[in-house]
Amino acid sequence: MVARTSPRYDAADTDLGALADPARFHESLTLPLEDRGWLTGALRTMMLARACEERIGDMVTSGKIRCPCHLAIGQEAAAVGVARPLRASDRVFGAHRSHAHYIALGGSVRKLMAEVLGRDTGASRGMGGSMHLIDREHGLHGTVPIVGATIPIAVGAALAAKMDGRGDVAVSFFGDGATEEGGFHESMNLAAALKVPVLFVAENNMFSSHLHISLRQPHASVARYAVAHDVPAWRVDGNDVVAVAAAACEAVARMRVEPGPAFIEAVTYRWRGHVGARDDEDVGVSRGGDLPAWRQRDPVRRLFEALVAVGDADTGLLGRLEAELKAEVEAAWAQAQGDPFPAPDALLARVYGGAR
Amino acid sequence: MAVRSYGVAIRDGFEHLMTEHREVFTIGQGLWSPWYVGSTMTDLEKQFGKARVIDTPVSELATTGAALGAALCGYRPIVIHPRVDFMLLAVDQIVTQAAKWRYMFGGDVNVPLTVRAIINRGGEQGAQHSQSLHAWFAHIPGLRVVMPATARDARDLLIASALCDDPVLYIDDRWLYGVEEEIGSPVELDLRLEGPRLVREGAELTLVGAGHSAWLCTEAARSLAENGVSCDVIDVRVLNPFDARLIVDSVRRTGRLLAVDGDWTTCGFAGEVIASVVEALPPGALRASPRRLTLPEAPAPTSAPLERSYYTNVADVVTAARQLVGVPGDSWE
Repeated sequence: MVARTSPRYDAADTDLGALADPARFHESLTLPLEDRGWLTGALRTMMLARACEERIGDMVTSGKIRCPCHLAIGQEAAAVGVARPLRASDRVFGAHRSHAHYIALGGSVRKLMAEVLGRDTGASRGMGGSMHLIDREHGLHGTVPIVGATIPIAVGAALAAKMDGRGDVAVSFFGDGATEEGGFHESMNLAAALKVPVLFVAENNMFSSHLHISLRQPHASVARYAVAHDVPAWRVDGNDVVAVAAAACEAVARMRVEPGPAFIEAVTYRWRGHVGARDDEDVGVSRGGDLPAWRQRDPVRRLFEALVAVGDADTGLLGRLEAELKAEVEAAWAQAQGDPFPAPDALLARVYGGAR
Repeated sequence: MAVRSYGVAIRDGFEHLMTEHREVFTIGQGLWSPWYVGSTMTDLEKQFGKARVIDTPVSELATTGAALGAALCGYRPIVIHPRVDFMLLAVDQIVTQAAKWRYMFGGDVNVPLTVRAIINRGGEQGAQHSQSLHAWFAHIPGLRVVMPATARDARDLLIASALCDDPVLYIDDRWLYGVEEEIGSPVELDLRLEGPRLVREGAELTLVGAGHSAWLCTEAARSLAENGVSCDVIDVRVLNPFDARLIVDSVRRTGRLLAVDGDWTTCGFAGEVIASVVEALPPGALRASPRRLTLPEAPAPTSAPLERSYYTNVADVVTAARQLVGVPGDSWE
């Protein structure tokens, strides 16, 4: 566990302040003194998620991938940080932008590539594509693109965990747009009323599709909703994997012992458009000039530099990892391209369980 | 064998499930109230505890989603909507999540969720307390839709729904809660094998309905028989996946079809019954044009005289049947 107490969210602070300023937090991370052995692995996992998504983005551009793909490049720290205290018997749910969640929990690259190609060997046997990923072996119980839809489902998974009584928890990943759905508020209230162990993780990248949060909500910080529902909340730099993990570890450790909901707002930014691979345009709307500054808040580089500074990594590690992971992704992509599509009878045979 | 009302038989179903199957629990609004769900769940929370009989905040969407989440994690929840009208706030979770979950995740994920919705009409309750809308839901691949018409089915189809590994919408009707039947011990049916049932045999006309409409058909057939008109009556029971073969075989013999449905006409279930039969039979197989008896194309009114004319009753079914078989009205007693 990360032995660092993260800053709790202050109810009076309804705006993001410095966290929303792209000129801030470019420096390398502050690492904990103890228990940082996992951080080299975290660096690798973030880089693997990015390598997968860069490959997927290229293949979307080339037309080899046709299903809608929503890339989380730049947001990897939220997924990897939250995964830190999780175990395979926990129940994690995601949304449309969930490749990084899938990788962070240990999902197979080959199955991800096969899924976006619609192959029978994919994570969802070719029936879901990028927006419907599942990997129950590693605790990922489903990602879906209806905004906010998995939030109440995660509450129910937490209810089941509480009934099981083995200390498992549920996690719900969603974006800032989902906090505008009624089901989000119903779910927060229900979780608080039933006292179930669900961790709500809002990845606030300040955009819902093409629309900035300032055009959608009176205040930019969505953690304020947790206060309204009496759910303990943390607000962190979502591009700081150490800070995210610290908050997640603290929240989850308590939930395992004393069931009840918790909330993390991870402030971040997506480097690509809402859907597809482009970074210069988003659903037909040109984004502002903030992206170059946000790229300087790179969760990968900031962790890498911190690891070098404390002597946990040498300066050549980044380049070696990039080459190694690129090769791993290339190999998976090549294999997946040769995989079979679902057989014709899958069209009807997978609707109901067993024979009709 | 014991005489059981439809309402109490539903409670018997819950009792059987919660006694025999630890993974069954129930959640919804009004479960600790003596009147939200009539006689169908009386004192279940005292018998099985409030951890397994969960009353909830006024949040249909979140409650239904939570039941789905528990279903994905080893439980067999039954989520209760004391009125269909209020369940519509949870349609995304039923139609777009639960019904598609298995398919979009590759076919291997079980979704043993039962959504129980209650039709609660009459009593001048009006437009927003009276809907059925079963045809909407029967339209959805992946969602099994069940409507019991008898006390035995009210109990045993509830049990079958909860034990099924697919999401099931089980719709019961408060107008049937007092209908009694002599029934034996609970039976654990395999819902995948259940479908329409021939509940009465005749020669001149096929009457088809589901839920309360099936009861209307049975009552009407009794009256018609006393006046020399014998009817097949088919209780649909399972609306989706819909297996029309029994109905087709019946109409092949009788040549006449009356579909009774307690919902609106356009894109409704009565139209589905007729289309399925007409499509399956050769031209000339019918002795009369099929007919459907449904609600007027208006929301439910509150005013008593309007309400009386709004809902189909046994006499309406008898009259329509008589017209179909061509029995003159003045020969009727």
